[in-house]
Formats: sequence, structure tokens, C-alpha cells
Amino acid sequence: MHGPTAGYILHDMKRFLGFVKKEFLHISRDYRTLIILFGIPAAQILLFGYVVSTDIKNAGVAFLDQSKDEITRRLTDKICSSGFFTKTGDLASQADIDRIFKKGRTKAVVIFENNFGRNLISRGKGEISIIADGSEPNVATLVTNYMTAIISDFNRDMAGPSAATALIVRPEVRMFYNPGLKSHYMFVPGVITLIMILICALMTSVTITREKEFGTMEVLLVSPLKPVQIILGKVMPYFLLSFIDVIVILLLSWFVFDLPVKGSLALLLGESMLYILMSLSLGILISTVSSTMQQAIFISLVGMMLPTILLSGFIFPIENMAEIYGWISSILPPRYFIVIIKNIMIKGTGLLYVWKETLILTGFTVLFIALSVRNFKIRLQ
Amino acid sequence: MKENVVISVRNLVKKFGDFTAVDNLDFEVYKGEIFGFLGANGAGKTTAIRILSGLSAPTSGDAIVSGFSARRQPEKIKQVIGYMCQRFSLYEDLTVRENITLYGGIYGMRRQLIKGRTAELLGKLNFEKYADSLISSLPLGLKQKLAFSVAVLHDPGIVFLDEPTGGVDPVTRRQFWEMIYETASRGITVFVTTHYMDEAEYCDRISIMNEGRIVALDTPAELRKKYNASSVEEVFIKIARPDGRLHTA
Repeated sequence: MHGPTAGYILHDMKRFLGFVKKEFLHISRDYRTLIILFGIPAAQILLFGYVVSTDIKNAGVAFLDQSKDEITRRLTDKICSSGFFTKTGDLASQADIDRIFKKGRTKAVVIFENNFGRNLISRGKGEISIIADGSEPNVATLVTNYMTAIISDFNRDMAGPSAATALIVRPEVRMFYNPGLKSHYMFVPGVITLIMILICALMTSVTITREKEFGTMEVLLVSPLKPVQIILGKVMPYFLLSFIDVIVILLLSWFVFDLPVKGSLALLLGESMLYILMSLSLGILISTVSSTMQQAIFISLVGMMLPTILLSGFIFPIENMAEIYGWISSILPPRYFIVIIKNIMIKGTGLLYVWKETLILTGFTVLFIALSVRNFKIRLQ
Repeated sequence: MKENVVISVRNLVKKFGDFTAVDNLDFEVYKGEIFGFLGANGAGKTTAIRILSGLSAPTSGDAIVSGFSARRQPEKIKQVIGYMCQRFSLYEDLTVRENITLYGGIYGMRRQLIKGRTAELLGKLNFEKYADSLISSLPLGLKQKLAFSVAVLHDPGIVFLDEPTGGVDPVTRRQFWEMIYETASRGITVFVTTHYMDEAEYCDRISIMNEGRIVALDTPAELRKKYNASSVEEVFIKIARPDGRLHTA
């Protein structure tokens, strides 16, 4: 047997490139593909970032100041200038509370007792009530937490450095890595993880089953193109486009949400490539077990998207899951990528801290490719 | 006659588990011939074609196609044959020209040659005005003709047509067969499966398969004589359906 000559390899390469070009033509002709590739990721990021935000920003707060002294004025100012709250009104009586809540804009009412300032100075104790709108429990919890924090801060200011005598042990909670507990820190890595597996698995499985469904796969297989060239040719454009997607999402998160990559950008991009590769092999695997596009879409959406959202740690912490879900979660590749990307983006750690997850993702990739090759051979027999 | 043999099938067997799809086939096809491959659905036609075109390996026996063994050199076979399958095989979202260029490239033709052939082909089919239209905008008959022209674009020694005229109107089928004749006259061997019995009459020789075996192989005229029938259809019914039932697939 002669080895392939240089001329033959060049020839083979040209044949392959022509085939790759065709895939790009398919993508550019189909606006739906373009929307899925670029519209959805951008929309998701902005949607999660702005709409599903769990931060408090300009929450409405009303005041029922029965004391109207220097101290209540200062505390009111402090609350309103914190950036978290906007004053929606001054109430005259308890009866107004219900009325202002029903208008909807106000999330909390702060009530200063009679003679608040005088009591605080003479007895060292002033009474403040915070009433939150419990019809939105999450918001109510956040609002009261933020409010309590501002008030204790105010307390500390009042006492001043000279108040050494009144040493009270006060728990101080600080959030590392994400001091503002900004939800973007959670959503950006989550969205990248979700979008990449969705796009790669969905698009590749659909594009390959489309050839099967339309009968063109048969013609390609009878042609001199090797099966591996066919698969690579179909997958390569999606690899490139997904990688561009990652970059777009990172840029969006940096410029729109002010969330830069803390760790090594090169490492993050490298890990993203691995994750894209893993997702593409999963897409190929899905295409080997489905004979219609509908089937491929169903498996990709129900099989990938739901578990990824619910069980990968994207929204709900794995630590809080019932044991069985924890187990299921451990066979979901996105779970590991979320760990990797959070580590690199937010904590700024290096490969030393994510090598285990990287290895697991590599393992998944090899497994999916091996299974695909096996399925493909069975089909060709 | 021997040097004109382009397909030589010897004791070809293909089994899927316990099921024997192709049972000991033994036949030859000659250069420039239009060879009809007939049989009811499930008779083993598609399996046989897949082996002859290098898609699937035989369980035992062998087929020599254009001098290459289907068992040992399927990749070589793929280089020298053309193929057009049952389902329509061009890309709907690409233009006529893009489809031609794509297949030309896949078969390793040089850009200059592809350009020349494209012009020639478009001229012959009177297709110039459609050159840059998407395939999806063409009527089925035109697509089918184009698919056939693309299948022989690279001048293969043999072209396999797997039920090429399914769903096409009689006029277009007629024109399609004129293209097949023209191709055969250029020395390209045409290996065609069909279940239109009138088309079988157009073939130089036909073989009829039943349950994985070839039960008859001869020219249409000889077969009619041998089975005392007025048409190939009658021959087919007598052979493939001894109980007289017509299959409705």
C-alpha cells in the first residue's frame, strides 16, 4: 500500500473545504439558524441580566416619620441616597400604609416612633419598624436585608469611634468575589453554559439529521468524501460560530454588566473550546440516534435544556438538591463547565483549581465521539 | 465480451443477523448497458445497490465494480461511480450553480473543468435562466433532470439510479429516459431500479429479484417470450407474485 501523496492530500483538502463552504451557505440562507445562533444568546444575556435580576435597585420606600427630628432626617437621607431605594412618599398615619402598598410602586415602609431622636440619645434606644410588601416574598426579604444593613451602618456612624464602651458584638457579613451579590455573576456563566450546549447540540443534530431526512446524506456517503470528513465539515462552521458567540457574550457581560473576566482569558477561551467540542460531539451522538429533525430537536431541547437549567447548578444550588438529583446532576456535562467558568471569570483561579472538571469534560467528549462512531458503523453495515 | 464487463458479481451474500437480504447473487453488467434492477419492496434491491456502490460490505462473496472489489476497495469504487437516490438529492437552499459546483468539488474536479461542464450542462438542459435560482423554486421534473446531470457530471464509468423517476409526470419521465439513453450512448453504464414496469421495457436487460435472489435475467423481449407474456409487467407478476397478488406499496 502506498501512503497518500502530498498532491492527494491537497486534493482531499480542497474537496473538504468545498463541503465546508456549502454548510456556511446553508447557515447564511436560513434566517432561523442565524437567529438561533446570534439572536438568542444576546437576548438571553440581556433578559437574564435585566429582567430576571434579583438585585435591588431603586426599590420604592415610603416613610412614616412620627418624630421629625434631626436624626430621622439623616437616616432617611442615608436610605434614599444608598442607590437601592427611592422615596415614594411621606405618610401621615398608619392608615396610609395599606393605601401606598396597593399602588404597587412601594416595596417597604419605614416607621420612626414618636421622639425617636430623643429616645436614642437619652436611652440609647430608638424604635424603627420596617414593613415590607410580603406579596413578593423574594423582594421583601431582599429589601429588609438591605434596609437592616443600612440602619446598622448608620448605628455605627452614630456611635463613632469613641463608643468603645458600648461594645456590642455585631455579626458582619461580607460577600467575597461578589460584594454586591450581583446576580449577573450567576447568570452570565450560566447563560454561556446553557446557550453553548443548546446551540451546539441542537444545531449539529438538526443539520445532520436534515441531510438524512432529505436523502442527501445517502449521496454524500456514496461520494468519495469520507464519513469523518462529512461530519467534520458539517460541524466545523458551528464550532467557529459558537466560539464567536462566547466572545460576544463575554463582551456583553463586560460592557453592559461591568463583569470582566478576572482570571486568564486564554484559559477561559480554551475551556470554552473544549466545552463547545463536547457539546458538538453530543449533537453528533444525538443525530446518530434520531432519524428526523423533529426527534433531534425534541431530544436536544427536553434532554438538554431542562436538565441544564434545573440541575446543573445554573439557578438552583446542587448542594440543596435531594440526593437523587445530585446524582443526576453529576452526569450532566454543563455542571462541570459552570464550575470552571465561575472559577475563572469570578474568582480568577487558574487551571490548578479546575483541572478535575476539565478532565471530566474531556472524558465526556471522548465518550460521545466513541459512541457516535459506534452507532455510525452499525448504520453503515 | 469479457473485457466489456464493468460489474461482476460473484456469490454475493448479505446477512443482517438471521435475515438474508441478498442471497448468492451472480451476474454481470456490460459497458454502456442500461441494466434494469426490478423487484418488489424488500426484495433486496437497495441492499444490493448499497454493496455495489461501496456503501456496505458483503457478508460473503464479492462484486468487482470498474475493476475494484466491493469487499476490499469500497473507497475506490466511490471515486468512479455516480449515484442518484430515490429521494431527491440536491440541496433546496442552494442555487443550481452552487449545487453543481459542490458536487463537482466533492468528486475532485478542477475548478476550470467544473465551470466548463456547468455551462455545457445548463445549455443542454436549456437551464441558463435558472442558473442562479434556488433549487426549491424549480418544479420537481427539472430538479430530477438536474440531479441526474449532476450524478454524471464527473463522467463516472457507472451511474446507479435508485428509483429515479418516483413521483414524476409521464412527460418528464419520458424526457428523463431520453437522458438515460444519451448517457448510455456515451459509454456510461446505467444501473437503474424502478417499479414502473413500462420503464423496464426501455432497459437493455433486466433482472428480477425476489426474496434476495435473482429469479430472472434477460432482455425484455426474451423474458416476454419465455414467460409467454405481453409485457414485462405480466412477467413480473408471474414471477414475483406467484399467487397473483399485486403488492400495493
